[in-house]
Amino acid sequence: MTQGIWPAVLGRFDWQALPFVRAWNNPTASEIIGAGAALIVIISAIFVVVLISRLGKWRYLWSEWLTSLDHKKIGIMYIVLAFVMLSRALIEAVLMRMQQAAAINNPGFIAPDHFSQLFSTHGSIMIFFMAMPFLTGLINYVMPLQIGSRDVAFPLLNSISLWLTGGAAGLMMISLVIGAFSTGGWSGYPPYTELAFSPGVGTDYWILAVTLGSIGSTLTGLNFAVTIYKMRCPGMNLMRMPLFVWTALCTSVLMIFAMPPLTVATALLALDRYLGFHFFTNDLGGNMMNYANLFWLFGHPEVYILILPAFGVYSEVVSTFSTKKLYGYTSLVLATAAIAVLSFTVWVHHFFTMGQSADINAVFGIVTIAIGVPTGVKIYDWIWTMFLGEVRFTVPMLYSLAFMMTFVLGGLTGIILAFPPLDYLVHNTLFLVAHFHNMLIPGLLFGMLAGYHYWFPKAFGFRLNEKWGRIAFGCWVFGFYLAFMPLYVLGAAGMARRTQAVFEPAFLPWLYIAGVGALVLFCALASLFVQLWVSIRERDANRVFAGDPWDGRGLEWSTSAPPPEYNYAVIPRVQGLDPFYDGKRNDDSYAPPSSYDDIELPKNSMTGPVLGVVAAVTAFGLVWHMWWLAAIGVLASIATVITRSFVRDVHQIIRADEIERTERRWLSAVAAAKPIPREVEMTSANQGLAEV
Amino acid sequence: MSGPNHSKRDEIRSYATGYGLALALTGAAFAIVYWPSFASTTTLAIVLGLALVQMVVHFRFFLHISLRKSARDNLYLILFSTLIVILMVSGTLIILLNLRVRMM
Amino acid sequence: MSSSEVKHPALNLCDSDELTHGLAGSEVLGFWVFLMSDAVIFALLFATYGVMLPATVGGPTPASEYNILPVFLETLVLLTSSFTFGMASVAMKHGAPRRQLLGWMGVTLVLGLAFLGMELHEFATMFGDNAYPTRSGYLSSFFALVTTHGLHVFFGSLWIIVMMVQVMTFGLDARVKINILRLGLFWHFLDIVWIAIFSVVYLQGLIR
Repeated sequence: MTQGIWPAVLGRFDWQALPFVRAWNNPTASEIIGAGAALIVIISAIFVVVLISRLGKWRYLWSEWLTSLDHKKIGIMYIVLAFVMLSRALIEAVLMRMQQAAAINNPGFIAPDHFSQLFSTHGSIMIFFMAMPFLTGLINYVMPLQIGSRDVAFPLLNSISLWLTGGAAGLMMISLVIGAFSTGGWSGYPPYTELAFSPGVGTDYWILAVTLGSIGSTLTGLNFAVTIYKMRCPGMNLMRMPLFVWTALCTSVLMIFAMPPLTVATALLALDRYLGFHFFTNDLGGNMMNYANLFWLFGHPEVYILILPAFGVYSEVVSTFSTKKLYGYTSLVLATAAIAVLSFTVWVHHFFTMGQSADINAVFGIVTIAIGVPTGVKIYDWIWTMFLGEVRFTVPMLYSLAFMMTFVLGGLTGIILAFPPLDYLVHNTLFLVAHFHNMLIPGLLFGMLAGYHYWFPKAFGFRLNEKWGRIAFGCWVFGFYLAFMPLYVLGAAGMARRTQAVFEPAFLPWLYIAGVGALVLFCALASLFVQLWVSIRERDANRVFAGDPWDGRGLEWSTSAPPPEYNYAVIPRVQGLDPFYDGKRNDDSYAPPSSYDDIELPKNSMTGPVLGVVAAVTAFGLVWHMWWLAAIGVLASIATVITRSFVRDVHQIIRADEIERTERRWLSAVAAAKPIPREVEMTSANQGLAEV
Repeated sequence: MSGPNHSKRDEIRSYATGYGLALALTGAAFAIVYWPSFASTTTLAIVLGLALVQMVVHFRFFLHISLRKSARDNLYLILFSTLIVILMVSGTLIILLNLRVRMM
Repeated sequence: MSSSEVKHPALNLCDSDELTHGLAGSEVLGFWVFLMSDAVIFALLFATYGVMLPATVGGPTPASEYNILPVFLETLVLLTSSFTFGMASVAMKHGAPRRQLLGWMGVTLVLGLAFLGMELHEFATMFGDNAYPTRSGYLSSFFALVTTHGLHVFFGSLWIIVMMVQVMTFGLDARVKINILRLGLFWHFLDIVWIAIFSVVYLQGLIR
């Protein structure tokens, strides 16, 4: 690079940072794939910009969605982000499976450095930019409706969390185009991720993306916890909350207390890398085991953050589609709370092999086994809910059934791993990889997909296509088994995780099966997009404006589909569990209120988008050592927050007459709708009104 | 004691009491280190004990946390957080100490 | 919030200020929750300090670097600033003239900045001794912990300035009051963290 100011302006950027330049200089399959990925990102971004411009929707997008503080819109945007990132991370998984199937005593087509980036981005994206946004989006959408509230406690903070997460996801996408990503896995262990061994930009991208995301999640947890604690409608005491709200509450508590250890771990690593500190370095007193300790203090509660909302979805879905009250409400609540508290006591099981005494390992092993018990209680409760119920095998219910059977298998392998002596044999093998995917896919992902199918009609006003839903379901289940069961065998046989090449021919058949499984999983994802396309095309036939397509039990079903911006014209008052269900049976639902009042809601705000973009830009500057950019970013963030605090006009009033018109329109649609029995709920006869 | 209905004078007295107690506890801790009178582990234990008491004084007199019904939610939040902090910090110290001993 | 809910004394608002009380409940609880997450961060920085205390690698040690008098003075300054903020809270709650409120806030600000100044001077002394954070793991953990606290005091001071401007611009409307309440929580919390710092870091290091 030329002398002068350019080095200061451009930091450590040089042309080699672009995958196109790398592929040009070294046209191997690996580099060409990398360049191809970058090209896809650039073309997609251009495509989206052009499409929005062509449709003339910039103003609409800005004022209706991007600056909205409505929890429903924010929830939908989170889930859109999740689906986009799921697509990327799943393709990365397919590439890794293909490489391992190809690379038996042969270099394969993906170079080791690229393979390492793939498993690092795959893990980081799936956890921080797919799973967390998906569950945050579901809770954001559904929870305030279920507690009879009009929004969350801190709507502006909600938007800021969304945009911090979005900005961090943007940083992940930019790392495909400019530079490279970390090769240290999603856990980023030093000393490998210290400057001595990872001097490039990759680890910095990872640190900053994860830190921004974790700040967003901490604020979200805070927001949800205060909302649930303070904004429940009259009559809804804690033991009358739907299970989904209970799991949201426990998840929020976990977010509040578990994200800080991650912030500390990555911040200390950043201090080592940027300022030459010695927290985790090999020399001058660094202690890399403290990183493992800090990371897993976060990491273990994190996996319960991922699974508890899914458990909440299953409680809702199993009850609704068994046409029966949820069995064992109190035991489900206690089990959820027990899981939440115990999750802070087991973190050492992630590093049994790293040198502690057998006594310490034994203590943590015992607690790890114990934490399986409350989950078992929940499984029994769901089974008893189905027992003597009228089970309807809808797509959400199918996911729940597949979950119950498959997740339990994974849980059993978890008990195996909980024994330190057994863990010593399979630690960091594919056995572990199979175990956690066995928890995350049938547990978390199926739960999220079940929730997506279950509440989609509420959010958008029309049902999803059931046939394609079943096709997707079949592919997810079949693909999961094909892709991951062989990994148990391989892991027990000794194949290590995160390996770009394999030298044991006996592994070949299993890796082929796993490769086919990955392709089936890709078809599953594709089927979901086809389903969405078909559903949108057929939406008019499947509208459920009356709002209750499944004869639901909770308050969220007592509004129109989609609900009005203010959710409830009059805040409901409840007297027990399943208030809407009981109301329908007592002929108490759909009664127009005696009078309407003005409703005050938060006004849109650009603080969220501004902070998200500024944060991402600051992070980019830090990654590339463009100190001027980072400094501007920090100052801009502080200025944004201070400026916003001076804005006084932050509310909008929705007038009573407008509310009356909206409600009357909905109630007359309800009156005109034909109530349907459950047998025809998947046909176009379903207008969203249930026959009682 | 401070509640929504207490007079200005009572509130000032409450802050002043807290300030006074905190000063005394701070002074005691510094004194016992500056003029060593006990074995070092005992001194450390006393210093940490005084710190804990002073934190309670701050919570009570400056932050108005008490056993009263209206303060109870915040008290539970603080107690739960304390539990988590104790788990995390003691776990960290025990494990890392164990690792260091085994490395020697 | 139901009308029967007991008013929260920590909100420290007058009976007459019903509306602010209603809004304040969620806002203040939310801030408490944030403080608890911040407490976890500090706790782990303390744990890291404890883990890395022996990692002096032949370089500067606590005994060689800590001086009791500056720490004592810093402690007095910060503790007094907590008291003066308490006086500001009383002034706000009991409808004292604005001058009084601004006066107490100003004193708190001056004390906070004095604290920061003394701390920076202390760091400069350590740097003079070659006790940089890059020298050893122990020094890294010392500087991370104490600087994190110092940064919090810095942002708290900035917040005091912003609130003083807002009091002068908007008077004591609901949002200003709630923000001053939260700032008070933040300021007292920082003093509580400092108790832990002077005890666990400085006094422990100075015990002979």
